[in-house]
Amino acid sequence: MPGRWFAALLFCCILAGCNGDKPQERRISRSSGPPAYGDAIVVGSIGEPSTLIPLLATDSASFDIAGLVYNGLVRYDKNLKLEGDLARSWDVSPDGLTITFHLRRGVKWQDGVEFTSRDVLYTYRVTIDPKTPTAYSGDFKQVKTAEAPDPYTFRVTYARPFAPALASWGNAILPAHLLEGKDITKSDLSRHPVGTGPYRFKEWVPGQKLVLESYHDYYEGRPYIDRYVYRIIPDSSTMYMELKAGSLDRMGLTPVQYARQTTSREFLDRFNKFRYPASGYTFLGYNLRNPLFSDRRVRQALTSAIDKKEIVQGVLLGMGQVARGPYKPGTWAYDPHIHDFDYDPARAVRLLAEAGWQRNGDGIMEKNGRPFQFTILTNQGNDQRLRTAQIIQWRLKQIGIDVKIRVVEWASFLKNFVDTGNFEALVLGWTISPDPDLYDVWDSSKTGPKELNFVGFKNSEVDRLIAEGRTTFDQGKRRRCYWRIQEILAKEQPYTFLYVPDELPVVSARFHGIRPAPAGIDYNFIRWYVPKEGQLYQ
Amino acid sequence: MLKDSYFHEVFWKQFRRNRLALAACGIIVFLFLLSLFAPFVTPCKPDALDLYHVLMPPSAAHWFGTDELGRDVFTRVVYGARISLKVGFVAVGISIAVGTLVGLLAGYYGGVVDSLLMRFVDIMLCFPTFFLILAVITILEPSIWNIMAVIGLTSWMGVARLVRAEVLSLRERDFVLAARALGASDARIIFRHILPNALSPVLVSASLGVAGAILTESALSFLGIGVQPPTPSWGNILTSGKDYIEFAWWLSLYPGLAILVTVLAYNLVGEGIRDALDPRIRE
Amino acid sequence: MITYLLKRLVMLVPLLVGISLVTFTVIHLAPGEPVEMQTSLNPKISAAARERMREFYGLDKPLYVQYLSWLKRMAKLDFGRSFAPDGRPVIEKIRERIPVTLSLNVISLVLEMGLAIPIGVLAAVRRNSRLDRAITVFVFLGFAVPTFWLALLLMYLFGVQLGWLPVSGLHSLGSDRLGLLAWSWDLAKHLLLPVSIATFGSLAGMSRYMRATMLEVLNQDYITTARAKGLSERVVIWRHAFRNALLPLITLLGFSLPGLIGGSVIFETIFAIPGMGQLFYQGVMGRDYPLVMGILVIGAGLTLIGNLLADVGYALADPRIRHGRG
Repeated sequence: MPGRWFAALLFCCILAGCNGDKPQERRISRSSGPPAYGDAIVVGSIGEPSTLIPLLATDSASFDIAGLVYNGLVRYDKNLKLEGDLARSWDVSPDGLTITFHLRRGVKWQDGVEFTSRDVLYTYRVTIDPKTPTAYSGDFKQVKTAEAPDPYTFRVTYARPFAPALASWGNAILPAHLLEGKDITKSDLSRHPVGTGPYRFKEWVPGQKLVLESYHDYYEGRPYIDRYVYRIIPDSSTMYMELKAGSLDRMGLTPVQYARQTTSREFLDRFNKFRYPASGYTFLGYNLRNPLFSDRRVRQALTSAIDKKEIVQGVLLGMGQVARGPYKPGTWAYDPHIHDFDYDPARAVRLLAEAGWQRNGDGIMEKNGRPFQFTILTNQGNDQRLRTAQIIQWRLKQIGIDVKIRVVEWASFLKNFVDTGNFEALVLGWTISPDPDLYDVWDSSKTGPKELNFVGFKNSEVDRLIAEGRTTFDQGKRRRCYWRIQEILAKEQPYTFLYVPDELPVVSARFHGIRPAPAGIDYNFIRWYVPKEGQLYQ
Repeated sequence: MLKDSYFHEVFWKQFRRNRLALAACGIIVFLFLLSLFAPFVTPCKPDALDLYHVLMPPSAAHWFGTDELGRDVFTRVVYGARISLKVGFVAVGISIAVGTLVGLLAGYYGGVVDSLLMRFVDIMLCFPTFFLILAVITILEPSIWNIMAVIGLTSWMGVARLVRAEVLSLRERDFVLAARALGASDARIIFRHILPNALSPVLVSASLGVAGAILTESALSFLGIGVQPPTPSWGNILTSGKDYIEFAWWLSLYPGLAILVTVLAYNLVGEGIRDALDPRIRE
Repeated sequence: MITYLLKRLVMLVPLLVGISLVTFTVIHLAPGEPVEMQTSLNPKISAAARERMREFYGLDKPLYVQYLSWLKRMAKLDFGRSFAPDGRPVIEKIRERIPVTLSLNVISLVLEMGLAIPIGVLAAVRRNSRLDRAITVFVFLGFAVPTFWLALLLMYLFGVQLGWLPVSGLHSLGSDRLGLLAWSWDLAKHLLLPVSIATFGSLAGMSRYMRATMLEVLNQDYITTARAKGLSERVVIWRHAFRNALLPLITLLGFSLPGLIGGSVIFETIFAIPGMGQLFYQGVMGRDYPLVMGILVIGAGLTLIGNLLADVGYALADPRIRHGRG
């Protein structure tokens, strides 16, 4: 009798399992239809956001969420041109010192309160408040005065013309009515954000997922996709299997996954793959304070001994481009005529000889009896950088240079090595921002501890050109400055610029309305939709 | 002394009857020879890249295929044996040395020394070992020496208990009492008379310990804090293959099998020794 | 019995102090000050804020004072605030993770006992038979296979190829709207892979132990006597030998906890299960010292409790101790 009862129970379970509100697996339709509201998109992330107040966050997971919840005054459109976001329009005074933003009317915070210039003023003040632990106050310290003459006008004045000023107002505007007079580091908003953006916060299950739902009163209209589910999956192999199993709708592929693992008919029926250059480059940086690298010819030799094409082939399977400078190929600041040191080991040996380095009987590069050896540092958790370092190690060994690789966990990498300048060479990457200003990374005033010019590059001409470039709004003039800087960098080789990888996102085929553009695919996320009959989740 | 030829004879007779353990012994010896003669076993170098032939399936030129940088997987697995076995042996050496010392002192002196040392053992046994290892390795850095030291220093407690128990029973034996009556020093009694007799059970935990250390290294590699590339260890080759399980199966299969077979072999040998030492099982 | 319990409880105190000392020492192996980490990741933090933090953690005081104040706060389960940017109290972060890890481990432990005990007995009874050898190889295979590799292989087979089981996580999307039964079924499907892999991996230890104690018991005089009395082999084994062999197993249970909790780092990372192991790993990678110390102490404390329970269970089962003669 108990046995039968148990069997009945089991049967109930199975029935219940079948009737559950879960996706009908593998029923992916490419069916077209008119845009419709509904469905959910499930996105995977290795890391969990740390705080949903973007001013305090430094990790990409936090920005993934914050980007959907908040808006800035301006933003980049699909062609990477600035356009108004919360600001309807703006005027720049003839001397270039004052910007007046005309704010959009009738925008509501997700709790119903109206958005006004008071919010902008608050965000500015809290950003420059020394008590706020933020990494983003730099640009705002250039502001001389900020005022809100009426609820829909916000005006800032700079001491000197400041070209990156406009772009800096793309930062997230925070709700003054919820934060004013409170300690922002203790605010509940870090777990339950309230913004003006297309999606509002619904729930956060620690370690598992965050859920956002569409904000019906969004000023650009209600987004088509009802829910945005952000799943935390710490292991990359697991994430890829989740994608294949159909429980993830979007992730970034690795080059190997893109080229070799996702080519089957069945996969391409279920997913759309995209490919476009990422906004970032990877480089090998030399510590210029180290006597080993102080001679320009040595750096030129090292670049000549490294085959960048081979790295693009081996690490990215060809899905990326060789980098020659700090800009993305094809953008207005990029100089296409730049002269670079192509792979030529014979020239490398010649340049080293000029600098006094000779190969000894064992084939080891030596100068005054000291062998040429150094350590490349890179951070843990980035396979592409580690592979790049291994390829460099192998190539340099062939001209008699002994390279060691040391992989250091990120926090300690920054603290013990980068911030203190305690390294010989490192493989790292920079994001390329749409505004070409190079002040933070290349100006000689930024070589102090914990600053970004950690290789210690000092060049008075570059300093002058950077200053000139950031104090004019004239694009032609700026371009001339940046082209000259690229020429100098190519000659000096403070970095061996390595590659600009391709972004390789994949999205479930049930989503329509994706229009790849120079800015990628995410700029029109609120216009993505799933036709009614193709919807998977209720 | 107890450690006479009769004992050896019985031990070997017992051990030889255990065919599983014998086979396992054979595997271990084979692996040793392989790693010792690695440069002769394979013509390739473990760090020779070929970026235009990455992730190639097994062929006549590359028996186990190539990895994500075009290196020969067979070569890397063979050279990886060196590192993985080294990790196993050094870690176990440390744990045996510390454990034996603590056990000897506690068992021989008894009293306060004993209870202090044994409380310390109790305390260490409470920690989830892998947590401790993770904490220490990330605080320091994941060099191969740190890994071996930390694994060793977090796994000696069992040995200490074993040795202490042996010493307690040996302490009152005739030959020890006789030595003491003759005026032998403590050190001499401990190291000449007690230690050799207390070591047999340690052999078992040493064998199991090597297996455990190899597994721990592979788990650390999975988390990215094991032996660091480009030095090949079975753990990090396996980890580099985990993203390609469905299509570049060769990259994870061979190092995975190597770990599996080796760990299994050490366990079986350990079991074999235990059985052979166990007087109850002799009939 | 009560005096025994009291005695055991009093003995916990020095152990707890020892655990805190070891934890404190491990963290202070770190070069530099723990607080450096937090301030250096936030370069914009002011000098005053840095001082406040030093003061809060008492880093300007000598080591033993730091230790004592930490101990005092810890006694109230106050582990301070996490160094992660969310700055939440450590105890809060641990509290939301512990139930998952504990229940997973308890389920695995129960399953493990259910399998390992009969396997061990069988191996002992049929010692040196072909079956015994097969069992030996089988249980050691479970121990020898690198967990994350087996996990990935099975995930690929059952999750991707066959599509029978979910790949990772604890719940399906929208499971919160299911009825209790369906919800449990969904959870069970998610737990099946991690729990069976954990069980397979830990089978060796317990079944070998069971085999050894069973062999020991079978060699004792009263078993011989029982056999001589002409009792059937089944009665001898299950009524007489098995009961006595089971007793030492209780102590083993207490000790298997640290291994299981330690192993949860790998499981929880690969199966995306939000438990304590995952939290600890994030903690060590982010140099979140208060969190790391908190988890180490709590993890060790859990083992202590496990051992205590095992000892009490042992005492209850063993008449010699039960009647105060132990």
